[in-house]
Amino acid sequence: MPPAAPTTGRRSGGARKAPAGNVRSWDEPALAPVVLVRGPEDLLRERAVEGVLRLARERDPETEKVELEGATYGAGMLQVAASPSLFGEAKLVVVAGAEAGTDELYADLLDYVGAPDPETTVVVVHASGQRGKKMLDTVVGSGAPVLQCDPIARDAEKADFVVRELRAARRRAEPEAVRALVDALGADLRELAAAVAQLVSDTTGIITAPLVDRYYGGRVEATGFKVADAAVAGDAGTAVALLRHALATGADPVPLVAALAMRLRTLAKVAAIRGGGVTARELGLQDWQVRNAQRDLQRWTPEGLAAAITAVAQADADVKGAGRDPVFAVERAVLTIARARRR
Amino acid sequence: MSVWDDVVGQEQAVAVLRRAATEPAAMTHAWLITGPPGSGRSVAARAFAAALQCTGSDGEDGGCGRCHQCTTTMAGTHPDVTVVATDKVVIAIDEVRDLIGTAARTPSLGRRRVIVVEDADRMAERTTNVLLKAIEEPPAHTVWVLCAPSVQDVLPTIRSRCRGVVLRVPPPEAVAELVVRRDGVDPDTALSAARAAQSHVGLARRLARDPGARERRARVLDVARRIRGVGDAVLAANELVEVAKAEAKAATEERDAQERAELMRALGVGEGETLPPRLRSQLKQLEDDQKRRATRHQRDVLDRAMVDLLSLYRDVLVVQLGAEVELVNAAEAGLVRTLAADSTPEQTIRRMDAIGTARERLEGNVAPLLALEAMAIALRPQG
Ligand SMILES: Nc1ncnc2c1ncn2[C@@H]1O[C@H](COP(=O)(O)OP(=O)(O)OP(=O)(O)O)[C@@H](O)[C@H]1O
Ligand SMILES: [Mg+2]
Ligand SMILES: [Zn+2]
Repeated sequence: MPPAAPTTGRRSGGARKAPAGNVRSWDEPALAPVVLVRGPEDLLRERAVEGVLRLARERDPETEKVELEGATYGAGMLQVAASPSLFGEAKLVVVAGAEAGTDELYADLLDYVGAPDPETTVVVVHASGQRGKKMLDTVVGSGAPVLQCDPIARDAEKADFVVRELRAARRRAEPEAVRALVDALGADLRELAAAVAQLVSDTTGIITAPLVDRYYGGRVEATGFKVADAAVAGDAGTAVALLRHALATGADPVPLVAALAMRLRTLAKVAAIRGGGVTARELGLQDWQVRNAQRDLQRWTPEGLAAAITAVAQADADVKGAGRDPVFAVERAVLTIARARRR
Repeated sequence: MSVWDDVVGQEQAVAVLRRAATEPAAMTHAWLITGPPGSGRSVAARAFAAALQCTGSDGEDGGCGRCHQCTTTMAGTHPDVTVVATDKVVIAIDEVRDLIGTAARTPSLGRRRVIVVEDADRMAERTTNVLLKAIEEPPAHTVWVLCAPSVQDVLPTIRSRCRGVVLRVPPPEAVAELVVRRDGVDPDTALSAARAAQSHVGLARRLARDPGARERRARVLDVARRIRGVGDAVLAANELVEVAKAEAKAATEERDAQERAELMRALGVGEGETLPPRLRSQLKQLEDDQKRRATRHQRDVLDRAMVDLLSLYRDVLVVQLGAEVELVNAAEAGLVRTLAADSTPEQTIRRMDAIGTARERLEGNVAPLLALEAMAIALRPQG
């Protein structure tokens, strides 16, 4: 039987002062019947939810995760989701988008907080704003753990974030390397996280400043991610505009192609996960990567994905000397990707 | 017994080389031995070097295999025979300069000075030009023997100054016979290994002796069965690259450490001592070389995997066209028939083209994972 008291995740250090009450930082997840994840930083909210899920699965590997969406919530859905499953696996219910929830959601949550199912973990995710305030106050007042996801604004905080991400992947970086990463990609936390993920998967040993420079010097890779995002989203215009700008300002096409390849690779891997036989964990994919890819995949057919990857491989050959016009080669690949997506 | 015994299935080439070693009129001072990888270029070049030095015994010359000259050459200890074998991506210009210095020296023990350059194709143009001068006007006693996969792989200027000897792909039966003789493997295993290796002698020996190698090959072929969709294809590509990395690591790790220890000893640096800064560039040089070697090896392993897959689809095509030819992959006949039944000859040819494209891309430095992803995607069942 799981302990009733909240189990606290490993405190991953940091000099930050813990706020009063049961309010804690996003990276100090805890297990309790009800957990509130609150704050405007998207990525941190995702990480916080992942942290809770990780604890739940450490306690019971079979824990089943159920997602409810605040905006489409209908009365009674929480009760159904939170009740023990037929086979008795533990459950973790994520109520996403509670900042834009229906009145039924707030009413049901208010009821639920009074008498939660002790074997289930309900994670309420609330980005910001006043909607659902009474429910929030009640949850906080009940002593439930509150994982705070404040915006990360200062460079020191971003550096701290990078170090934590690396530590979670059991990797280390020179302080100069961390600084270089923040300098190159600090503007967007998600890009920063993606860059860390790429460095972790592409390299071994301590991550050094020259290494970071090779990958992200001149912010090429940042552009690469943006181009890839736009192309995969079918936004050919934006993708090509970004690409031309990058190339016009002297960016090397090779890492741009690598970014396209990486993005499509993740889509294909997640498609394989859906096909069964392999898990995200085995493939070293983060939950947020899987979630994003799943969203993208709704617009992608296997044929489209095949065409896109084939085009990127051709572009890589072209930029490495097989083609006469490397710039055009990348552009063609980007257009092929954007067109390969289902309208 | 003679030094030529191990050059199997190359009767014609052996006759030419042998005659050159025994009849002064048939001799020339620069040779280019070409043939596909594993056809025995290196072995043939060494045998030729021995034959050139051979003083004969029991009335047999031209590589008797028993005289002092023959045995020392074959053992790699003859002072007048220099063999340059590289497993690096390129032969450095300094190595070639040293070689030219060696070539100018009079032989100390043998009749000639013989310089064998295996993989003469792995030279930058600048390096080749340095070599060219030496080959054009060699000292009377010196013989150059260059090896390359094909004449197109060396510069025309070199080509035109060498006499060419072409090795063919030896028949699998000849390779099997060698494997039985050299490695004491039973004839059936030897023949199936020789076929699977498509007559690559070194590979056939490895497949015949090492069950692990057979298993790795079977796993590569299994990729063709496992790919059902784009997702599987990307995972399969990843697996192929990982396996190649692991193999390259296993193959080079021990040697890397040994070379490093040797260098440290040569530099007079004791165990556990730190290297003085002025010597660091030498260590760096070695490490760079080793990295290049690992890269090369990984690429070779991947290329080999693709050649194996290609042989599988060739078998598929053979079955689809109803040709009466021995399967390369007789051991995988079931898989071959399934693939043949599930696709058309046109599809098979498209798949073979995709594998060929991936091989070219790998040679052209395309990111290996990406090249293999595109290939694996083309192998998935379609319409
Ligand atoms: N006749 C042979 N007897 C024994 N081993 C051989 C023979 N021919 C080749 N091998 C082995 O096969 C491998 C390749 O042989 P070799 O180097 O002679 O062929 P190659 O044509 O030069 O091809 P490669 O490109 O692989 O060097 C080597 O590992 C070598 O030991
Ligand atoms: Mg050789
Ligand atoms: Zn002899």
